[in-house]
Amino acid sequence: MSVVDVSGVSKTFTGGTNALQGIELTIEPGEFVSLIGPSGCGKSTLLRIMGDLIEPSSGDVVVNGKTARRARIDRDYGIVFQDPVLYDWRTVAKNIALPLELAGWDRRRRAARIRDMLNLVELNGFADHHPWQLSGGMQQRVSIARALSFDPALLLMDEPFGALDEMTRERLNNQLLEIWARSGSTVVFVTHSIAEAVFLSTRVVIMSPRPGRISSVIPNDLPQPRTAATREEPRFFELVTQVRDALHLGADVDRQPEAAEARL
Amino acid sequence: MTSGAPVAVQPLPRGGLGRLVGRRLTNWTPAVVVLVATLAIWQEAIDLFHIKKFLLPQPWTIATTFWDERRELLSAGWLTFQEAFGGFAIGCGVAILVALALARWRRVGEALMPYAIAANAVPIIAFAPIADAWFSPFSKSSKMAIAAVLCFFPVLVNTLRGLTSVRPESLELMHSYAASQIEIFRRVRVPTALPFVFTALKIATVLSMIGAIVAQYFGGSFNDLGVLINSRSQTFAYKEAWAGIFVACLYGIAFYIAVAFVERLALRWQPSTSD
Repeated sequence: MSVVDVSGVSKTFTGGTNALQGIELTIEPGEFVSLIGPSGCGKSTLLRIMGDLIEPSSGDVVVNGKTARRARIDRDYGIVFQDPVLYDWRTVAKNIALPLELAGWDRRRRAARIRDMLNLVELNGFADHHPWQLSGGMQQRVSIARALSFDPALLLMDEPFGALDEMTRERLNNQLLEIWARSGSTVVFVTHSIAEAVFLSTRVVIMSPRPGRISSVIPNDLPQPRTAATREEPRFFELVTQVRDALHLGADVDRQPEAAEARL
Repeated sequence: MTSGAPVAVQPLPRGGLGRLVGRRLTNWTPAVVVLVATLAIWQEAIDLFHIKKFLLPQPWTIATTFWDERRELLSAGWLTFQEAFGGFAIGCGVAILVALALARWRRVGEALMPYAIAANAVPIIAFAPIADAWFSPFSKSSKMAIAAVLCFFPVLVNTLRGLTSVRPESLELMHSYAASQIEIFRRVRVPTALPFVFTALKIATVLSMIGAIVAQYFGGSFNDLGVLINSRSQTFAYKEAWAGIFVACLYGIAFYIAVAFVERLALRWQPSTSD
């Protein structure tokens, strides 16, 4: 059974913006799917529709064989935004435990899971720190730990590393792949960065704007596990070129200058 | 992986009195120097420029007058503080409850908010003589009423702003965990609002003292500080009036510091500006 099945999804916002039209996308368990495209192509909207944070105007989303709403109420997905959205009044450990508290886990079970999660994102020793005492990259790792803490079947990530510097971003990309390999979850990852999409995904979904639609899907055959060395391989550059070409075709550069925003 | 290295991590602040007081003794030195210098200049300038001492008594005179009459003054101050505190508690309590209700039922909030802001601009102190007519002028109620109304609007407006200043992503996150409205209130809205609430409460301490004293100018029992300051001024006993003002300051500042202390306790998680 597929984890996500999007069929015939369209979204028109009040005001008439045609954010998405006729989206068809099926995601299998264990996949890492990137959504990439210029601003206004509806990639974040699509992510939020999968997570039942926005309702589609038409079409269906099935997550784990259920409606998106049912999946949200069953806590089937974890979400990570560009901003870590950590609560300053909670320590790192308590931030990670927030979804567990809401799900009614008892104290002992929570403590054990917090330990595992701090291990997973390599933040041992920071349990009692407050978010403002951490660097941006560390905050985002806490956010990822929180999203994975309750073993969601699906991890939705909306440009999680978009606000970080290039070096931190590459390092977190490496770490994210390790976390993904260990946790075995399915990931949908929205990004502006071609290199990031190629490095991380098993499949790159290219979107184009007005109306937001899927213009092409590029399977990514880079071998696993991927490491920093993967970025040096010829196949990596071939795929980067392929994605870049697809982006430009989809966005029609002459009329849509913002395609330039989708950068390497 | 070597990326676990801490970057730009400040030491974890520990709880305890040192942090609660917030500043080290050396940080207070400049303020103390300014205070001493001001008092010295005031003391000397009055002799130097032959300022009439009954109009502006020297600080030393005010201090000795306070000391001589400390029993009467402090008990008058205590009575006034009780009225101010009663008004503070009622005004702030009701304001916080109303803010919670308005944040919960947003439609009502949107309808009432313009009027709350307009009412905030009304010089409520102008109602003091009327409040004495509504309640008995010798009762505590009239003073508490003025203090309460003075405290009400700033606390309402600030609390509501705090409760509604939650970022949309924060709400999306809570929705993704299928959190109920009550859980969102308890775990996100209220903690987000707390710094706003305490800022307003600190303003309200000052307002409640002003409200109580000014209300007493228009009538009150003879043990009230406002009555005492007013009557001494009318009989040209300015030393005693100044000593009364000094006592009002003592209680006002103590009240403010007490609330600031509670704020420190409640918001220990906040990044401290003094560390």
